[in-house]
Amino acid sequence: MRHLKTAVAAVAAIFALGGACAAELPAGMVKTTKGAASIERAGKQTPASAGAALMASDRVVTGADGSVGITLRDETLLAVGPNSNVWLEKYAFDPTSHEGVLNATVKRGTLGVISGKLSKQSPGAVQFRTPTSILGVRGTEFVIDVKDGE
Amino acid sequence: MGMLIWIVCLLAAVSQQQRAPSEQITLLPSQDGKASAVIITTAGIDTVLDQPYQTAAIDSKGATVSAGNGTEVGNRYASTLTAMPQRAAVFTLYFVTDTDTLVPESAERLADVKAQLASRPAPEIIVIGHTDTVAKQDYNDQLSLRRAATVKRILVEVGIDADRIAVQGRGERELLVPTADGVDEPRNRRVEIRVR
Repeated sequence: MRHLKTAVAAVAAIFALGGACAAELPAGMVKTTKGAASIERAGKQTPASAGAALMASDRVVTGADGSVGITLRDETLLAVGPNSNVWLEKYAFDPTSHEGVLNATVKRGTLGVISGKLSKQSPGAVQFRTPTSILGVRGTEFVIDVKDGE
Repeated sequence: MGMLIWIVCLLAAVSQQQRAPSEQITLLPSQDGKASAVIITTAGIDTVLDQPYQTAAIDSKGATVSAGNGTEVGNRYASTLTAMPQRAAVFTLYFVTDTDTLVPESAERLADVKAQLASRPAPEIIVIGHTDTVAKQDYNDQLSLRRAATVKRILVEVGIDADRIAVQGRGERELLVPTADGVDEPRNRRVEIRVR
C-alpha cells in the first residue's frame, strides 16, 4: 500500500512538473527591435533583441527612440511604440483547439495590435486595457495610445 | 490666504479639464477587408469603433468618437506601426492519396518556404496538420499531428533546422472545404506551413 502511495505521489509530481513546463511555454517572440527596448521579468530588465522570448506576465518597456515588434503564439501581432510600458498580464493558447486567454495592459505609450487566432476562436478571451478603459476585440487592427501613464 | 488657495485650486481644475484627452484608441482597416470593431468600456459605458480610422478620445468624462483619415493616422503612429512584425507566410501542401509523398506542385513550394525563412528576422516555422471528417475527432487529432510530423521530416531533409520547426494538429476543426461529418474530402487532408 505504501508503495502504491509513493507511486501515486511520483506520478502526480511528474504531472505537476509537466504542467509547470507547459505553463512556461513562451507567449511569443520578439521579431523587430529598435533603440532602447527591454523586457522586464520579475523586476529584472533584459534587452529585447530579435529572437528573445516573451513570457506571460512580462512587461515590454521602451525609451524615446525605442520600439518592439512581437508575434504571439496565436499570431496576434503587437507593435510597442516609443516611451511605452506594456504588460502582458495573462497569456495561454492551445494550438489544437485555439482556446486560451490574452490580457494585456498599456500602462503608457502606444501599442498597435493585429488580432490573431485567439480572438477569432473566442473573442471574449482577448482583452486589452488602458488606465481608464477595457477593450474588447472583434477581429481587428487598432492602436492604443496612453499619453501620460505611469 | 484662503482665497488664494481657492483660486489656485480653481485654475488647476480648469487646466485639467482643458488638457488634451489622455488616451486615444484608433481602429485600423482590417487587411482581409472584413468588418471589424473595437468595443471600449469606460466607467461602465460602451463605445464602439467600427469604421476604419475612427478615433475614440478618452478623458475623465468618457469617450468621444471622431472620424479620421489614413494619412493622418499613419503619420501619427509611424514609429509604432513600423515595428509591427510581418504576417505569417502560408503554404498549403497536399499528398498523393494514401502516401507520405507530396504532389509535385507541393514539392516545388519547399523552395518558397526556404526563401521566406531566409528573409525574416528570428523566423519560426509552424507545421499544422488537418484531416477530413472521416473518423472520430480524437483519431483525427492524432492523424493530423502525424501528417504535420511527416512534413517536418521533409523540411529537415531539405536542410531546415529542426529546432525552428513546431508541429501542431488541428484535426477536423478547420476544414478548407466545409462538409458534413464522415465525408472523404481530399482538399481537407492537408498540411499548412506557416513561416513567421
